[in-house]
Amino acid sequence: MKILTANRLHDGEAVWFGTNGHWNEALAGAAIAVDDETVTALKRIGAEAFENNQVVDVELIDVELADGQILPKRLRERIRAAGPTNRNDLGKQARPAISRAA
Amino acid sequence: MYRYDEFDRSFVNARVAQFSDQVERRLAGEITEDQFKPLRLMNGVYLQLHAYMLRIAVPYGTLNGRQMRKLAHVARTYDKGYGHFTTRQNIQFNWPALSDIPAILEELASVEMHAIQTSGNCIRNVTADHFAGAAADEVADPRPYAEILRQWSSVHPEFSYLPRKFKIAVTGAGRDRAAIQVHDIGLHLKKDADGRLGFAVYVGGGQGRTPMIAKKIRDFLPEEDLLSYTTAIVRVYNLHGRRDNKFKARIKILVHETGTEELTKQIEAEFAALRDGELKLPDKDIRAIETYFAPPPLTPRPEGDDAVRLARLDSKDFADWLGQNVTTHKHADYAAVTISLKAIGEAPGDATDQQMEAVAALAEQYGFDEIRVSHEQNLVLPHVARADLKAVYDRLVETGLATANSNLISDIIACPGLDYCALANARSIPVAQEISRRFASLERQREIGELKLKISGCINACGHHHVGHIGILGVEKKGSELYQITLGGSGDETSSIGEIVGRGFAPDAITDAVETVVETYLGLRNDPSERFIDAYRRVGPAPFKEALYGREARAA
Repeated sequence: MKILTANRLHDGEAVWFGTNGHWNEALAGAAIAVDDETVTALKRIGAEAFENNQVVDVELIDVELADGQILPKRLRERIRAAGPTNRNDLGKQARPAISRAA
Repeated sequence: MYRYDEFDRSFVNARVAQFSDQVERRLAGEITEDQFKPLRLMNGVYLQLHAYMLRIAVPYGTLNGRQMRKLAHVARTYDKGYGHFTTRQNIQFNWPALSDIPAILEELASVEMHAIQTSGNCIRNVTADHFAGAAADEVADPRPYAEILRQWSSVHPEFSYLPRKFKIAVTGAGRDRAAIQVHDIGLHLKKDADGRLGFAVYVGGGQGRTPMIAKKIRDFLPEEDLLSYTTAIVRVYNLHGRRDNKFKARIKILVHETGTEELTKQIEAEFAALRDGELKLPDKDIRAIETYFAPPPLTPRPEGDDAVRLARLDSKDFADWLGQNVTTHKHADYAAVTISLKAIGEAPGDATDQQMEAVAALAEQYGFDEIRVSHEQNLVLPHVARADLKAVYDRLVETGLATANSNLISDIIACPGLDYCALANARSIPVAQEISRRFASLERQREIGELKLKISGCINACGHHHVGHIGILGVEKKGSELYQITLGGSGDETSSIGEIVGRGFAPDAITDAVETVVETYLGLRNDPSERFIDAYRRVGPAPFKEALYGREARAA
């Protein structure tokens, strides 16, 4: 199971490609690829967004579902999705409705 | 301190204009990321996990109040109210938008600061003893030479595309506080029998995945030959350093693979061809640069002795701080003050905008407007009259900067680690915070004595774990963080690389393991004057392995 992530070009904000067809600032709502076909589709979207200078550092990351929520497998990606674990007042976790990484 | 001349000013302004244009073109989609990335790196701009990161140079760790206030302003206006002082005496901001970076650089240029050569395969910010110009044990101030190297290396056409990054450190004292033996070039400023100034030259030290102690290739290089000899070294490296493998591209690998004797021969041959050429430093030029670093007017303040004596009696906390964070100055009425950025439970090296403002104000009022950044991620006021120490201390208390832990176990060096860094494999800051809390009692820390604990979140070793008396390296194993302990490292005049003591520890076990190491040391030291590193060198790793792994170690 994979989702597509990147950093936005102009401010570096971590973003995920969502089912709404936009690059969102929260991981929740990310479009999940479950087979070769959907993985290829996400890859193409990532490559196009990179070419269009919307985003940089485009990556497909492994995720799993826990209680219906998308959870990245690697701690690195969980920290990207939440913010620094030593400063819960910073990053996305400081905004409403985004939980902490660890 | 050094002041920009017209050339410096126009050079920095031109670079700001050039990079601003590049950012604008990137944001407009006129240049690609592949084209832009090397340009942004030449200007200190990285992309990390959450945002861009801007690394700003603090040449040889020296800055004034106005510059510190500007950093506070940048933190407040463009970032999230804090900055991170690094092991290269620089500062990093973790959250700037790319679109704001031209404005930040313009602001920095207005106070003679920039981010040039803080990244990329070039000669990086030259670092120096943070007590330079103040230390009682110093032969001469090393910073004029660091400044000469800065001018020579800035956009040096021959050395802007080296096989890999290149770091130079300079000390002017026998006691090495600049870790020169773990740099690509280490320079120890000293005097020969006739009283002439020159350098012992070390080459090929470094940390990272292949840690090496530098080799001394010259016992005394006259000061006028500094640039000729440095050019010879970097030229030989540029020609023969490996470009086929990023992990084998540093000069330490060239020294190791070529052999010190052969490489020295090549460097000396190059030097022989260069030494009487245009790079020979005219005495008047060295002396002219030296005047920028002339000591401030340290007027006699003999009342300091009585003031300190009385204040000590009055406050145990002040007495503790005096004993730990105040260093002997070459002028008996003055002292160098270490401002700890390691308050118990805080992220090592982080300072808020208010703290930066407070330090700037103290420097201006009591410290001849001089501030230093140490490679141990603290700040220093190098020239404070002893008579003013209590006033300085009281102000530091108000801003949470008076932790009396310099050189103790909670004075931890830690890289940003996986909480910020795109290269990291494990977190560093939370480990540092937990160890700091475990050893929160200053009384216990003083009982343990000098202990350098250093943490890196990946093998690149920005947290200098290889030279920690206790080093911690975070790795990723099967998707989880794991922490390896190394023991016996040291980054001073008796440098050594720490040895891995055994298998790693999970995040919830690493603090206990550190405590076990410390308790083992306390149990075996000859007396309280035998420091951890001395005891380790006497007994070796066995007692520590036994304490950490017990029966398992015996079976192995």
